[in-house]
Amino acid sequence: MTEPVVDTSPKNWDEVKTTTCYMCACRCGIRVQLKDGRVTYIDGNPEHPVNKGVICGKGAAGIMQHYSPARLSKPLLRVGQRGSGEFKEIEWDEALGLASSWLSEVRAKDPKKLAFFTGRDQSQGLTGWWATQFGTPNYAAHGGFCSVNMAAAGLYTFGGSFWEFGEPDWKHTKYFMLFGVAEDHGSNPIKKALGQLKARGAKIVSINPIRTGYSAIADEWIGIRPGTDGLFVGALIHELLTAQKIDGEYLLRYTNSPWLIIENEGGADDGLFVRNAQNSALVWDNHSNTAMPALSSDAAPKLMGRFKMPDGRRVVTAFTLIAERFIDSEWSAEKVSERCGVPVETIRRIAAELARTAFEEEIALDVPWTDHLGRYHEKMVGRPVSMHAMRGISAHANGFQTCRTIHLLQILLGTIDVPGGFRYKPPFPKPPPPGVKPAGKPGQVKPNTPLPGPPLGFVTSPEDLLVDAEGIPQRLDKAYSWDAPLAAHGMMHMVITNAAKKDPYGIDVLFMYMANMSWNSAMNVPDTIRYLTQKEPDGSYTIPKIIYSDAYASEMVHYADLILPDTTYLERWDCISLLDRPISEADGPADSIRQPVVEPDRDVRPFQTVLLDLGTRIGLTGMTRTDGSPRYPGGYPDYIVNHERAPGIGPLAGFRGPNGRAQGRGTPNPEQLQHYIDNGCHWFYELPDHMKYYRHVNWAYLDWATFFGFIGKPEPVIHQLYCEPLQKFRLSARGHGKVVAPAEHRSRIASYFDPIPFWYPPFEGEMVSDAEFPMHAVTQRPMAMYHSWGSQNAWLRQIMSRNWLYMAREMAAKLKVADGDWVTVTSHHGKIKAQAKLMDGVNPETVWTWNAIGKRSGTWGLKPGSDESKQGFLLNHLISELLPEREGGYRYSNSDPITGQAAWYDLRVRVEKASDQSDVSEPQFATLKPLERVE
Amino acid sequence: MTSLPPPSAKKLGLVIDLDTCVGCQACVTSCKEWNTQGYSAPLTDTNPYASDPSGVWLNRVHGYEVKEQGQDQSRIVHFPRSCLHCEEPACVTVCPTGASYKRAEDGIVLVNPETCIGCKLCSWACPYGAREYDQSQGVMKKCTLCVDRIYNENFEPEDRQPACVKACPTGARHFGDLGDSTSKVSQLVAERGGYDLLPEMGYKPVNKYLPPRARRDATNSPAEALPRPDGSAFDRLFQWADRVLSPRRADGRTSDLDHSGKLEG
Repeated sequence: MTEPVVDTSPKNWDEVKTTTCYMCACRCGIRVQLKDGRVTYIDGNPEHPVNKGVICGKGAAGIMQHYSPARLSKPLLRVGQRGSGEFKEIEWDEALGLASSWLSEVRAKDPKKLAFFTGRDQSQGLTGWWATQFGTPNYAAHGGFCSVNMAAAGLYTFGGSFWEFGEPDWKHTKYFMLFGVAEDHGSNPIKKALGQLKARGAKIVSINPIRTGYSAIADEWIGIRPGTDGLFVGALIHELLTAQKIDGEYLLRYTNSPWLIIENEGGADDGLFVRNAQNSALVWDNHSNTAMPALSSDAAPKLMGRFKMPDGRRVVTAFTLIAERFIDSEWSAEKVSERCGVPVETIRRIAAELARTAFEEEIALDVPWTDHLGRYHEKMVGRPVSMHAMRGISAHANGFQTCRTIHLLQILLGTIDVPGGFRYKPPFPKPPPPGVKPAGKPGQVKPNTPLPGPPLGFVTSPEDLLVDAEGIPQRLDKAYSWDAPLAAHGMMHMVITNAAKKDPYGIDVLFMYMANMSWNSAMNVPDTIRYLTQKEPDGSYTIPKIIYSDAYASEMVHYADLILPDTTYLERWDCISLLDRPISEADGPADSIRQPVVEPDRDVRPFQTVLLDLGTRIGLTGMTRTDGSPRYPGGYPDYIVNHERAPGIGPLAGFRGPNGRAQGRGTPNPEQLQHYIDNGCHWFYELPDHMKYYRHVNWAYLDWATFFGFIGKPEPVIHQLYCEPLQKFRLSARGHGKVVAPAEHRSRIASYFDPIPFWYPPFEGEMVSDAEFPMHAVTQRPMAMYHSWGSQNAWLRQIMSRNWLYMAREMAAKLKVADGDWVTVTSHHGKIKAQAKLMDGVNPETVWTWNAIGKRSGTWGLKPGSDESKQGFLLNHLISELLPEREGGYRYSNSDPITGQAAWYDLRVRVEKASDQSDVSEPQFATLKPLERVE
Repeated sequence: MTSLPPPSAKKLGLVIDLDTCVGCQACVTSCKEWNTQGYSAPLTDTNPYASDPSGVWLNRVHGYEVKEQGQDQSRIVHFPRSCLHCEEPACVTVCPTGASYKRAEDGIVLVNPETCIGCKLCSWACPYGAREYDQSQGVMKKCTLCVDRIYNENFEPEDRQPACVKACPTGARHFGDLGDSTSKVSQLVAERGGYDLLPEMGYKPVNKYLPPRARRDATNSPAEALPRPDGSAFDRLFQWADRVLSPRRADGRTSDLDHSGKLEG
């Protein structure tokens, strides 16, 4: 029989365009095949520095996102009650006219009455600048409930961070510790690297209550109890210090370990670094037996000891205090084992493995380099131990200090930016912390006036807080107040609650972008919906006006008054900027663009262009020429090319200057976008070998980074194991300093602002009864989905259209719960009903589910009553955004007391078999009236 | 019934590494998006935006939790499943119309949609569950090894590989000629002990699975522990810091610190 003829060389496309994926925060390079103007296939761009040709389950399902029936198609104006789904379609002119009249009114009256918050925004370089121009301090993206604990802990400690700001030296590392769920950020690079590590025989240790995803392929799984990672890591530190298995040279040279701290109990200078007249911190020189400037090549600093200064002040090295803390038997394996659910032998063995790998398997690259003090080094010596952590650490009320504890471990082993260790990605390292302070102090917010600086930044002392003389927060979300002094990403999770309670004040306009705050991005969904629809006695809404921009019919659309429909990611210009969340590689900086690969077939506009348009309409100076015409008449692509943040520094670092030959710094190049397109929509600058490691103290690198505008001055980034800014807050809680903590905040500040990392139990667990709520409940990220937008995707929802509550088999047996039973999950705040699945690979005291699968019926273009709403569920309903009342009735937010990070992994619950075994999850919210579908 | 061609020298297939598959579904959706516009187009979806969505997929990944006897901990195995392009595929020999066939030149098993009558005998015959019936089209569909990619002259050579292999972020999927013992895939199979699924069925699958590597955890790592000397750990650390990191010069003065870390005087 003859075989049929198969066409093995079909050409199913007319053209292929490159752009950047937006199916999650990873931002891989993609190639999009087009046929007759339709997107037919998307794959990874082999030339792209992030993904090098691979793609993930989400990215390859991008077509269905692009053609989703949930896409919005026209500006909408609410005509019924909020939540009714009664909208009328309006033209863009009317929509923009309305928005600008609302915004102009607020700006003329009191700019802070605009709260402008963006969700999974990848244009924070623009949105933050817009807020500054507008003059409102009430701006942030979603970092406050995502990862600010990680970001802040890293930035205040070593001027870098886990997250996307750095990565393990995948090529050289031999021992990789992965803390918590990490499947969402840096998704393809981490997957690629895990494959490489396994091929090379490096050991992967996963510390996660749940063994799924990356943990499934780890060599060793440590099923820790949620919120106790800091204890486990502290015990490792205890073991290493006890055995003197630490990198003393690294500590002396590149950290503040030898810096001298004043010991003056009760004094205003207690715990501060002793400084000379030039304001330099000091070390104790072993040769001269005197104090000398810390950054002096002549000093031979003592690592440990207590000394007396010539003026009689008593001082101690930072390391002595750190050692005193962690060598204490409180941190012994025996002491912490039960609480974190990790056997004593495991803790000891992991510590020994870390020590062996770091010190007996040292690697040295034949690359000479010169450090910040001009010392020449023949080789780049590395200790091949690396770590990564994400929200498993971050989303706890102790996450900042826990993350600092992990960084302490990394640094004690001498593993930051060394071969085999954890590497910075440019523009990091930055000074710890970066020098930008948040604007929005009393007097800085004025009608029709820009803020004197950006709304987000890094406070280093109580004087930097955004509070008035009485200590009242100046920001709506109470970021940078005594509630959350180091809230570097704002506290989006508090915006709607605080606006409804008018605490600290009410607002006039809430303007949000890509933030599903009435559903899976809210803690406490039922009350959030109530707040969004809450009315004043006169019948007006407490939050008077809500403007919302999104590409899709998310749950939030129904609660807004004016909808500005955004494009899909394949229809827009974007820049993935070094001024925002970069996509750099450890080997060098990178940035990229999105280009429209197809034209919108609906009456939608890209949000960033709309934002610039609104800026011109309300006369923001940065967006308006003196004659009132737009400064960027070409919209966002015009801004991307021509905006300069500092001379020669713009959103894109590549192809600047005449003919696009300049990199990093150069005049705007009108052909810049074409250069990017010709280069596959990305730019990558590979650093020379002598600048690839030790960059915090690498003379050549620091010089180069200054030219590129990454840092202001070529100064070393000395790791701050002892975090002096925290001590300044503690002193203010003791009544010292120019700005003193109000009495009601003092004990909290004094307790948690410890300049040396420590561990405390997550708050929720401390405030509810163990007997009543014995279990922990957390979420994991399904790799094939990301937030709610993935679960409306026709292909991805075939992989998962609902979620289950997973629990340990042994615990289920005790609770008489069988596989498939419906159970109730009760917290101090609420109750849900979910269907149980049993497994072994989960900490026995923990239940978990996949994040953001549950949807509200009638949304996202899905048929009302679809699986996502009928069987799917959210844990969010169980999580309160406020902690239970304290003495005096005040309710702090359910957040880390230092950074304001939402503590949604602190949730405590009890699980019982449900009396109602019907095949429906609870609570069931009323079906929202579906918006018309785009077919 | 359909007869098989003489065994081909070239045996194209996949080698799938169960050690590194994290279950991310990249191969699954990449397969879907290529093939729904490729040889098998369209891969129909049913209820795409309603309850119980389902559809035709030529490659799926299943997750299983396995707890072996004697092991404290379970392990989760992600198991990608698609046609194994057997050397002696029953799905072909049972086909009443010749629509299912094995290519003589490279061993790829294909279905000719022109002659498939949708009788489903092949899917009953396949013990691997690799075939999917497209209700709306009335024909059987299955992995083609991206026959319309791997030889596609419109592609750069590096793109001439199945969509699933190109996509896989952890590098768990490999494509090549398993009939050539010197090929990269054959060597991988030899090195890692690649195995056949259900060899007892006798269909001689070409695709191979690589077993998870031995994990280095408590069960098979030497019990390491750091020394735990008697006495004050703090004093020892202090002495270490002093001795190793701050050796005194021969003529150096003594410092005024004591070994307890407390200030003298």
